[in-house]
Amino acid sequence: MQHRKVALLLSIVPGFGQFYHRQWLKGLLFLLITISFFIAFKDLLNMGLWGIVTLGTEIPRDNSIFLLAEGLIALIVIFLGLIVYYLNLRDAYKTGVMRDNKQTLYTLRQQYEHVLLKGYPYLISGPAFLLLLFAVVFPILFSFAIAFTNYDLYNSPPAKLVEWVGFSTFKEIFTVDIWRSTFFDVLAWTIVWTIVASTLQVALGIFLAVVANQKEIRFKKLFRTILVLPWAVPGFVTILIFAGLFNDSFGAVNNDILAALGIDAIPWLTDPNWSRFALIMMQGWLGFPYIFLVTTGVLQSIPEDLYEAATIDGASVFSKFRHITMPMILLSISPIIITQFTFNFNNFNIIYLFNAGGPAVPDSTAGGTDILVSWIYKLTMQSSQYALAAALTIMLSVVVVSIALWQFRKSSTFKEGA
Amino acid sequence: MRNRSRLIRLTLSYGVLIVMSILILYPLAWTIGASFNPGNSLISTSIIPKNPTLAHYKELFEGSASLPYVQWYVNSVKISFFTMIGAIISVSFTGYAFSRFRFKGRKNTLTIFLLLQMIPQFSALIALFVLAQMLDMINSHWLLILLYIGGLIPMNTYLMKGYMDSIPMELDESARIDGASFTRTFWQIIMPLSKPMLAVVAMNGFTVPLGDFVLSSVILRTTEAYTLPIGLFNLVNEVMGASYTTFAAGAILISIPIAIVFLLLQRNFVSGLTTGGTKG
Repeated sequence: MQHRKVALLLSIVPGFGQFYHRQWLKGLLFLLITISFFIAFKDLLNMGLWGIVTLGTEIPRDNSIFLLAEGLIALIVIFLGLIVYYLNLRDAYKTGVMRDNKQTLYTLRQQYEHVLLKGYPYLISGPAFLLLLFAVVFPILFSFAIAFTNYDLYNSPPAKLVEWVGFSTFKEIFTVDIWRSTFFDVLAWTIVWTIVASTLQVALGIFLAVVANQKEIRFKKLFRTILVLPWAVPGFVTILIFAGLFNDSFGAVNNDILAALGIDAIPWLTDPNWSRFALIMMQGWLGFPYIFLVTTGVLQSIPEDLYEAATIDGASVFSKFRHITMPMILLSISPIIITQFTFNFNNFNIIYLFNAGGPAVPDSTAGGTDILVSWIYKLTMQSSQYALAAALTIMLSVVVVSIALWQFRKSSTFKEGA
Repeated sequence: MRNRSRLIRLTLSYGVLIVMSILILYPLAWTIGASFNPGNSLISTSIIPKNPTLAHYKELFEGSASLPYVQWYVNSVKISFFTMIGAIISVSFTGYAFSRFRFKGRKNTLTIFLLLQMIPQFSALIALFVLAQMLDMINSHWLLILLYIGGLIPMNTYLMKGYMDSIPMELDESARIDGASFTRTFWQIIMPLSKPMLAVVAMNGFTVPLGDFVLSSVILRTTEAYTLPIGLFNLVNEVMGASYTTFAAGAILISIPIAIVFLLLQRNFVSGLTTGGTKG
């Protein structure tokens, strides 16, 4: 039998394949890692796997949600363990191949240097990956798992156990009338909001950058500084300021501006349509300076001779703009424009801080200006509809991720293979 | 004829710029006015108050059990500072790894990063809350800092990698030939050249906690532990409008230092983003 096969088979117990190659130290290392893995995680694995399958059997001993969390951590630990196990198998096999081909094996020192060289990128990014696993991946997996349970106000630990219910929450979103109508109302407004608000801020940003960067404009620096102010002031502060400005009773918009123009007070915070209008205007105000800044950077990098050549050819200001300026801008900032759309799709702060997604809509858990993310927040924090919130999260993520993949497959990032 | 169209264009341009400037400055000026306005409500507020007072600022500095403004300020600065440091360290390492090494799983990890940055972190609210309870870390600023850093990694790794890709490989190679280790190459060549992008990452790291309302409101449950966003939001919402003037003063104290830093760093920011953004 070939060395590679013997080693691979022996490696089923980590370390033995390496012993077979007389690589004692390496084998011992693998064996020790395996043993300590089982000693350290024995209870977690046992308890976690039992917990994630049953979600607890007895009250008040078992807390389903904690069991679920432990189960997921157990799965993550197993996943990490399998990676080490795979490395063990691969190492034994590869060394076996070298012996089959009658090559001399690496010395201990060479192996050490090899690991250091190959392992360097893993070593320096390892801590960041662990953090990512714990702070981002685990919570997302957890939310996804919740979507398949019946976890809500009435089924919640420690008083009750939670059970796996499969896809029934997803079905209910489309079959229970009130959920379905709320879902489609919220979805429709989310889409309108994303498109209108993002387009407004991008268009305004580009337009103002072009206007402010004309050669003849004086006080350029002053104008630029004023125009980027909304970007420089923390967003939550400005949104709260606007909430005050638009306030129905004391806000300056109604009391000072509209009154001076002789227009009756407008119910900004209590009428859904006026609220939506105010939100879009505010996002335009908040969002354009970023585009303005980036576009200004692009404009300053367009070579002057392009314009001179165009002037000699008799091009008008407008056609210079259309054929030189605009293509240059769009070429360089299109990735940034895309991020504006995803940002607004998830723009929780402006919706929630302005009037908490209000005004309230009768027979609905979502307010008149709630977008999907703020609705999910309310379902979680206010009405304790955890499973429903989690199911919505999954649907939202699937949509966002597929759009993102579709978009980025076209962009250079993937083609470069970089 | 030519002159006349130029004149019209310039007049319109100045008109647009001036109108926009007013639209931008008005809310800010209104807030400054409100912060000096005596009393709590804004019914009689005007941009230039008749009897300006510093009472609201005094109230903030003296603080009280329900309004420990100085404590909130310290909390926010602490959280932002450590998030910034953590983000810079982890992102410069991951950026270096992805930009300079071709290791197994690299492409898949990059794709996963891309997807992770699309899923809003707070859609995992319940999980974070349960996590905080299990670890007994409700009200813990350190947990919050770790969550922020974790959330910043995918997006900023992308930016950093994109920027480092624009630094020529030949520099590394010649350093390696001269016998420099990877770590040394990283510190002495890559890091100094990545400064504009480091500034961007630092700024993202510092401002994310200041813009966050969701994660912090899930994890921080006592008034003492609040950050400025939650504190000020509650201040405004207690009885709508009742303490709006105090809020205005609080808002100004946080906005001015941040706005100054932003305005000073904007040049770095733009050059960092246009290089990293278009090539990454």
